[in-house]
Amino acid sequence: MAQFDVIILGGGPAGYVAAIRAAQLGLSTAVVEKEKLGGVCVNIGCIPTKALLHSAWLANVLSHDAKELGIETGPIKTDYGVAMKRSRKVSEQNSKGVEFLMKKHKVTVIKGQGVLQPGRKVKVGADVHTATKGIVIATGSRVKGIPQIGLEINKTTVISSDEALFLEQAPKTLAVIGAGAVGSEFADIFTAFGTKVTLIEALPRILPIEDAESSDVLAKSFRKRGITVLAGAKVTKADVRKDGVTLTVEAGGKTETVEVEKVLMAAGRAVNTEDIGLKESGVQLTDRGFIKVDLRTLQTTAPGYYSIGDVAGPPMLAHKGSREGVNVAETIAGQHPHPIRYDNVPSVTYCHPEVASIGLTEEQCKEKKLDYQVGRFPMSANGRARASNETEGFVKIIRDKKYGEILGAHIVASHASEMIHELVVARENEYTVEEVDLAIHAHPTLSEAIAEAALDSMGRVIHT
Amino acid sequence: MATTVVMEALSPTMEEGRLVEWKKQPGDAVAVGDVLAEVETDKAVMELVARAAGTLLQHAVPAGTTVPVGQTLAHIGAAGEVVEAGSQPAGSQAPVSQAAAGAANGRDKAPTPAAPAATATAPTPAPAAGGRLKASPLARRIAADRGLDLQAVTGTGPEGRIVLRDVETAGGPQASGSRQQAAAQQAAGGRQPDAPRPLVASGAAFTDVPLTQIRKTISKRLAQSIGPIPTFYLTAEADMTRAAEAREGLNALGEGKVSFNDIVIKATALALKQHPACNAWWQEDRIRYWADVHVAMAVAVEDGLITPIIRHADRKTLREIGAEAKDLALRARERKLKPEEYTGGTFSVSNLGMFDIDEFTAIINPPEAGILAVGRIADQAVAHEGQLAIRKRLRLTMSCDHRIIDGATGAQFLRTLVRMLENPLALVW
Repeated sequence: MAQFDVIILGGGPAGYVAAIRAAQLGLSTAVVEKEKLGGVCVNIGCIPTKALLHSAWLANVLSHDAKELGIETGPIKTDYGVAMKRSRKVSEQNSKGVEFLMKKHKVTVIKGQGVLQPGRKVKVGADVHTATKGIVIATGSRVKGIPQIGLEINKTTVISSDEALFLEQAPKTLAVIGAGAVGSEFADIFTAFGTKVTLIEALPRILPIEDAESSDVLAKSFRKRGITVLAGAKVTKADVRKDGVTLTVEAGGKTETVEVEKVLMAAGRAVNTEDIGLKESGVQLTDRGFIKVDLRTLQTTAPGYYSIGDVAGPPMLAHKGSREGVNVAETIAGQHPHPIRYDNVPSVTYCHPEVASIGLTEEQCKEKKLDYQVGRFPMSANGRARASNETEGFVKIIRDKKYGEILGAHIVASHASEMIHELVVARENEYTVEEVDLAIHAHPTLSEAIAEAALDSMGRVIHT
Repeated sequence: MATTVVMEALSPTMEEGRLVEWKKQPGDAVAVGDVLAEVETDKAVMELVARAAGTLLQHAVPAGTTVPVGQTLAHIGAAGEVVEAGSQPAGSQAPVSQAAAGAANGRDKAPTPAAPAATATAPTPAPAAGGRLKASPLARRIAADRGLDLQAVTGTGPEGRIVLRDVETAGGPQASGSRQQAAAQQAAGGRQPDAPRPLVASGAAFTDVPLTQIRKTISKRLAQSIGPIPTFYLTAEADMTRAAEAREGLNALGEGKVSFNDIVIKATALALKQHPACNAWWQEDRIRYWADVHVAMAVAVEDGLITPIIRHADRKTLREIGAEAKDLALRARERKLKPEEYTGGTFSVSNLGMFDIDEFTAIINPPEAGILAVGRIADQAVAHEGQLAIRKRLRLTMSCDHRIIDGATGAQFLRTLVRMLENPLALVW
């Protein structure tokens, strides 16, 4: 039985950041976490997959490029188990890092499942804790299967990312269902480790929320590496056995059978709203099952109960949750933080090449009937990309025709995830394509392609 | 490296502060947020809190000293750390509070108290003439294209920066949703302040209406005639007999006392909601019509007066207003009010009835458009329903800033107010 100013349910990237910010503002803060600090992101999401993707990148370079770069290696042997164990170490380090941060900021970490009670109370085991200023619900989300077609996750032949991250060896064959960021990244990883991958997406193209040009370039790159990409494909039947799975897939008017050792489900996530006392505390959900929040204050329908991160609505991204964490702490402390611009949250897929974007896609601009102009620059025309032998991809900037406002930007490149922020900053500050060009870009860098795309949108591109 | 503790601007208008008492002594451990000292500002006694953790190394000034904002008061560092003499004064090292940052930038010289706390992003006025005008490149481009004067646009971005949404809504009181609409509106010449209501677009905290030529002339000529704020006065008498009965009935419930002043505040707030033209601020080149009603009530304190704010008085019950007014008045006398509790009013009420004053005129609290002076409630022989009767009568005098409120506008507001007071059921309608 203890009393805090703020109690946060969930120690993921939304919850733990909220805790640190609250502590910085002098609030006594507790985080309730039933598993490891850092949440899905640190333990079974963003961080370990990046570790595996780094292994995949090296395997790709050694097997495809090394000889051309003057390095003889002999036959390459990969071992997913070793890469997996390293990725676990990276996750451990990061989780320990969050633990350290909690200690440093004197945040109390309560282990266990927290259940909300009315009157700003949280029950953990037999203890009931009270929050005098606010409770923050940051319980996150989890993977989900598609039981309707017999694809319930059984953790052996039908697995989710949770299991894929702990496999001792790469399967010989794998079907990945869902070609969003998670599915595309795993397709990339396992292919590099010798798995024959079939990537299946129900929508007409892979990375369906990205600009169509980004999807096309990535699909081409995937196919070149031997991934079977089936987009606009519907899994109509799944025969799940002990030693494998047979999928019946309808794509482009044809029905085909896909025989695999394992199926990886990467088609969406479910939010963790069950058994945490939401209803009892007056916290309502939206039609889509997220916790209903006022986007300005992040307060739920129950006064004094706030919600952030995946459970509070899309986009389900760690960096969106972290920003909400900062804002919710400041709001509870009585400050008036700048409202979050939900239309300016970058989206990144870390496969090879990487895909990153901000703002609207060209398809969305068309739908909104905006008067726009597109500027493009291919990475194959960029000196630095050529020097690194990483010429796949492009930079595409969509600007408002009259005023030059950057409506959207899309990058496919080896380091797109690092490049996109120039355009995030530009949009946040309402710089137009002109200011992007006026800022001098160092030569030779991949980022020069951004300045060139900005110029191209004004009809003044230099290097193509 | 030690962190310097400086005198912070703890109120929007504070230029110096008297260090009343040190709460931490040299050698004491200090955490972020700990109260270091009590500081008397121009309005209240406030707490100065630590912005860094460590050990308080020394007091640079003794208790009782008055020092300007920005001067070094103490240092926080590692235990035993020696601070170099004369190391960075002027508050360059210690992070200052947001209020302080505003003051340090000199922005508080604009005739605008802090905006009501209820608005999530307190709008900041455009910087004073001569200062660097902060606007995003996109906003500048659109303004140039449409011939908008950015000096007249209020910025709502970080630090009052003018951003896209500000230029989209500029040029007329009707906030438009899209760029196309804004353009169409611009082409149509914008709207005049005398245009039909609503004065404040729904969803907006306020609407700035640039002065029309006629308003410019009125403001110039009237100011020449009478002084910087050309004030005129309107007096009306309200029959408070029914209000007195209602009050007795409410107080008999035993759930907290309601005063006549609470009733006047509530009625004023409701009347302002009906007459938004009186719920406004004078902003030199424009008039700011507020969406929300925040009634400032004058409270006499030792050697002066202060006007704590009943925010959203129109939406509060009499009981809530009663409790809040009592609490604010009490803390005002103890000089414990926070700046946000006495800045940002949209209209003021001053009551001298308890001193048996029949009627008086009150001085406008700029930039507000008006103030209501409330006299005593007295038994008077008056004609009532054709008969001579003894009734409880109250005299109300409204001071109006003629640059914002014209005679008829003020009179209509006062008539609504009197009707509400005479029929107290209107307060709950």
